[in-house]
Amino acid sequence: MMKALTRGWLPGYAILYIAFLYLPVMLLPIFSVNSSPIPVFPLKGFSMKWYESLWGNDIMLNAARNTLVVGTASALVATILGICAARAITRYRFTGKRPMSGVIMAPLVLPEIIIAISLLLVLLQFGLGLSLMTVIVGHVLICLPYSITVLVSGFEGFDPSFEEASADLGETTFGTIRRVTLPMMMPAIVSSLLVSFTISLDEFMVAFFLSGREPTLPIYIWGQLRFAAKLPAVLALGTIMLVGSLVLLTVAEMYRRRAARKTLTEAGGLFA
Amino acid sequence: MPDPNAQTGKAMIEISGVTRKFGAFTALDRVSATINEGEFFSLLGPSGCGKTTLLRLIAGFDQPTEGGITIDGQPMEGMPANRRPTNMVFQSYAIFPHMNVQENVAYGLKRMRLDKAEEKRRVEEALTQVELGHLGKRRANELSGGQRQRVALARALVMRPKVLLLDEPLSALDKKLREQMQVELRHLQKQVGITFILVTHDQYEALAMSDRIAVMFDGQIAQVATPKDIYQRPVTRQVADFLGGMNFVSAEVAAENGTSLTLKTRGFGQVKTERPEGFVVNGGTATLGIRPERLRVLWDDDRSENEIAGRVVDRHYFGEITHLIVEIPDLETPLSVIETNDFGADDIPVGSQIRLAFDPDALVALRD
Repeated sequence: MMKALTRGWLPGYAILYIAFLYLPVMLLPIFSVNSSPIPVFPLKGFSMKWYESLWGNDIMLNAARNTLVVGTASALVATILGICAARAITRYRFTGKRPMSGVIMAPLVLPEIIIAISLLLVLLQFGLGLSLMTVIVGHVLICLPYSITVLVSGFEGFDPSFEEASADLGETTFGTIRRVTLPMMMPAIVSSLLVSFTISLDEFMVAFFLSGREPTLPIYIWGQLRFAAKLPAVLALGTIMLVGSLVLLTVAEMYRRRAARKTLTEAGGLFA
Repeated sequence: MPDPNAQTGKAMIEISGVTRKFGAFTALDRVSATINEGEFFSLLGPSGCGKTTLLRLIAGFDQPTEGGITIDGQPMEGMPANRRPTNMVFQSYAIFPHMNVQENVAYGLKRMRLDKAEEKRRVEEALTQVELGHLGKRRANELSGGQRQRVALARALVMRPKVLLLDEPLSALDKKLREQMQVELRHLQKQVGITFILVTHDQYEALAMSDRIAVMFDGQIAQVATPKDIYQRPVTRQVADFLGGMNFVSAEVAAENGTSLTLKTRGFGQVKTERPEGFVVNGGTATLGIRPERLRVLWDDDRSENEIAGRVVDRHYFGEITHLIVEIPDLETPLSVIETNDFGADDIPVGSQIRLAFDPDALVALRD
């Protein structure tokens, strides 16, 4: 009886739930190709003009460039720091390990606005001007917990006897890292890079407070929302970013799975 | 004491007074041993006895708290693993999964910067030695357990080490393959003539492969001897027990001198035995041991100079052998007897009276 009830009920609930979450996102691409500047149904007709308008928009292109720079730099720095931390956490026992892990993971649960304002105050106190550098610092802080999560699960599946075998065969510590550790950790590293980049790509709060006169794409979009006439172009830009993020995360996951199969290791991922 | 089975008589590894402590836990307690050049030496013991710790100290993955190790006359103190003339076959094999078989075997050679042709020749030679010549292009995840083990062997042997260390290399294989590899490893060792040190908890493996065995308990070496001596003439009850079944009989010391003991037992009468190393006459009692297969069932009119009579209280059938439990009127614990089934030991009824023959030489005095 109970079984029959849940069988009919649960899938329906799941479909409704997913639709409620994702339908609004689906509206974005739909309205971005609507020829009317007002996002209401019924649709007027198909048009790519909003996309075309983006290419001539220098302010937008500059924001896109800023986003790429910040994203790439944050992903690299967060991943390099993440590799060191993940290795320390998985391989060594030391005093203060637990508090240290806690502190690194804290940005996951701290309100971003608090992080952003505190960083702003500190930077201003030190007399540092706001620039893309300051955004990168903030983004590294935010990306690090994700990066470490991916990398720790990668390093946890890594048998220390691989490194011992390498040393046993005459290789130096540095050579072992280059020839054994990094190649075997590559899936987790690529995964960390892509996840960090994606997080930096659409991060708003920290970028808003710390970017000064160099807006990133989310800041640019927020600025444009004040003008109703600019809305369709923003929808088009939003669609491009949405597709871009999805492609990046899919590639990250595909790469990780393929590599994990090939190397027999469980490299770990956020979406495993 | 001269070593009965030395290959060249030259010491390859000297372990002197090695202690390794992990916090309050003492993994190795003042261990000393000499391992000879070209010898197949096994470290045998239950898990936690310190045998793997000792192997890792020799390999250089760990440093002794006290004491020292020399390899081929060179003190190893402060020498990292990558500069030691040893190579290891890991229990997990640790085959690099991002490389194929050839690349794995060539891994250590890369640092020697040999010319391409020489490197290739040595890789092929090593792969042929372990009969994997045809699998050079295979990746690690395309290999069976036995093949991985051979790759690990080839990867270590290609370095031409002075000492090859094997950490439970056969424990991941099934029984049949394990027995086959025991024979192959033994042949390989004879062929290459390198000192092999094997860590194992399997007494049959150690007995079948080694020139000498060191039996370890609780961080100490209890006895070092040839397989035959360690099985037939164990010096302690613990060693005797670990290497297989043993009947223990308490005895009184009737006479003693530096090399022999005369022991009086109920059941077996008066026996003269070798005095085990380090034996202390304590309160005039001792333990005698005899292996179950050294007790032989006497049929019908068979007679023996040394007989002992009893009643069969239990019988277990194991295919080629039968295990009899025989109660002897004078002994507090029944004797266990192993008899092959070619004369019908599997048909002896439980409850019947039988006579057993024993060789007094098979009785050994044991330290407690």
